Amino acid sequence: MDEIIVGKVYVLDDHIDTDQIIPAAHLVYSLSDPQEAQKYGQFALSGVPPEKAGLPGGKVPFVPPGETRSPFSVIIAGENFGCGSSREHAPFALQKAGVRVVIAASYARIFYRNAVDGGFLIPLESKEKIVPYFKTGDSVEVRIKENRLYRRADGAEFELKSPGDVLPIIQAGGLFAYARRSGLIKS
Amino acid sequence: MGMTITEKILARSAGKPRVNPGENVWLAVDVLMTHDVCGPPTFQIWKAEFGDQARIWDKNKVVIFPDHYVFTADPHARRNIRFLDEVAETYRLPHYYAAGSERYKGVCHIALAEEGFNVPGSVVIGTDSHTCSAGAFGLFATGVGNTDAAFILGTGKIWEKVPHSLKFRFEGEMPVYLTAKDLILKILGDLTTNGATYCAMEFAGSAISQLNIDERMTLTNMAIEAGAMSGIMAVDEITRQYLTARGVTEFEEFTSDPDASYRATFTYQVEELEPAVAKPSSPDRHAPVREVAGTEVTRCYLGSCTGGKLSDFVNAARILKGKKVKVPTFAVPATTTIARQLNTVQVDGQSVQEILLEAGCVVAPASCAACLGGPVDTVGRAVDDDVVISTTNRNFPGRMGSKKSQVYLASPLTVAAAAVSGKISDPRDWL
Ligand code: SF4
Repeated sequence: MDEIIVGKVYVLDDHIDTDQIIPAAHLVYSLSDPQEAQKYGQFALSGVPPEKAGLPGGKVPFVPPGETRSPFSVIIAGENFGCGSSREHAPFALQKAGVRVVIAASYARIFYRNAVDGGFLIPLESKEKIVPYFKTGDSVEVRIKENRLYRRADGAEFELKSPGDVLPIIQAGGLFAYARRSGLIKS
Repeated sequence: MGMTITEKILARSAGKPRVNPGENVWLAVDVLMTHDVCGPPTFQIWKAEFGDQARIWDKNKVVIFPDHYVFTADPHARRNIRFLDEVAETYRLPHYYAAGSERYKGVCHIALAEEGFNVPGSVVIGTDSHTCSAGAFGLFATGVGNTDAAFILGTGKIWEKVPHSLKFRFEGEMPVYLTAKDLILKILGDLTTNGATYCAMEFAGSAISQLNIDERMTLTNMAIEAGAMSGIMAVDEITRQYLTARGVTEFEEFTSDPDASYRATFTYQVEELEPAVAKPSSPDRHAPVREVAGTEVTRCYLGSCTGGKLSDFVNAARILKGKKVKVPTFAVPATTTIARQLNTVQVDGQSVQEILLEAGCVVAPASCAACLGGPVDTVGRAVDDDVVISTTNRNFPGRMGSKKSQVYLASPLTVAAAAVSGKISDPRDWL
């Protein structure tokens, strides 16, 4: 796991559910065929209503039309990110689009588990609601060990919550890697 | 300090004398359930991670129901089903309910109950967020993703954070116009969609003990809509009868201790509640039906694990009998068993199936169908700016198909009242 992640942010509202992250009609593509799995990147966050897509102004496509990678590798969002279905396709789609870390005020349980156990991306929680302080396109630096987020333009600093006893799984890069490392399963 | 029913079940599964909320424990899984959307990636991850060592920890504990995208020509969806057919054959899985076979069942959560896999006191994990439905049988049930499921497939184990419990007491005599759907929509309105995140929702009270298993599953099914990890209620005579009829006679019954600790307790008097909807586009946008009465709808939908059970169709038939629907109305039984029961169970001397057909409903084969939109050829899927009223459990933007559509969630009674009047109507005016 990289300790420091630098990237541009894409800002979202509260309650981004899994149908917005990856609409159900797209769940049919293979997750294991590398070529076909690109489709998940292409349609990541395609269910977000346009006026909410990339706050504060909205109408910022997360992935440029026809492409499979997003220019935004950090997502900043409000409460209850990833609510809805249990589809692991959701953190997978974000990962395929190039997201490395999500910083939300809070998460739905299954999305959080999936992100961590699958090692798709790093879900972190902000101490306060930070959505109003950011606009889509801001450059940021996330320091995982220090639980801090910096806005590069002015150096403004925001505190994150520690992932607590889930950190070892995040650091290992997922549940299987963790289980091997700790001897839970034989490699 | 006493323990809640959830803590007792988790302690048993973790092999500990007691567990405390917030603590991470490794659980021994009793049933792993999956379906056609998450089954294939689960098996792929399992194979990739365990490699040559890949062994299924216990074939008798793996249950697979194709149910989501069954009646579609979509090539990717067909491929998922073929994949499961092959897996079941290769590993000789005893509990596979193949699409297109005699054994085909339909919606996993209801099928799991009907086939007797919901054993009180056990731990049921499924690759579907509504796996919490099984909690209606006094067991711990929750949904997980494919990686967690693949890990279980190889090890029989899962880590979980022991949830805090919230208690919901419903007291009084259930009025004829009220259903479990109205109760859970009320809770969601009060709690919001993240009001129970990482909690267990425990249901109790004199009104709950009057509910049949179908209705109880409507409550536990939608626990996830408040972000809960699980929903649960204790076993009683109604549960025992349901289980005995399905050959399940050996199980452990747990109950919450009187001095167990709850994060909060909510008490409702059912006579004071009224028929409700969740307005577009979130299940917590609760409103009494009379507040939105008169809203014109373009489509009505009866189906899903929440609203496609036998009792749901019986309730709808109470209003539909002898009338005609004014807007396209779809009736999709959750399982093939329910589809058969519609022909035999009667309301006022006429079979439910006949009532539905005579009213002009489209009765489709058992599956998830338009509950989650699905491929474009899915029956009942919302198109363009449809205004739908539905007995399903989610109305997030685009959930039932078109992103422009608006979906109201309601009880089967309220949906039937809308079907015969073409607009949202209070079912009390139609009973
Ligand atoms: S009926 Fe709907 S909610 Fe239930 S399992 Fe199927 S898609 Fe999910």
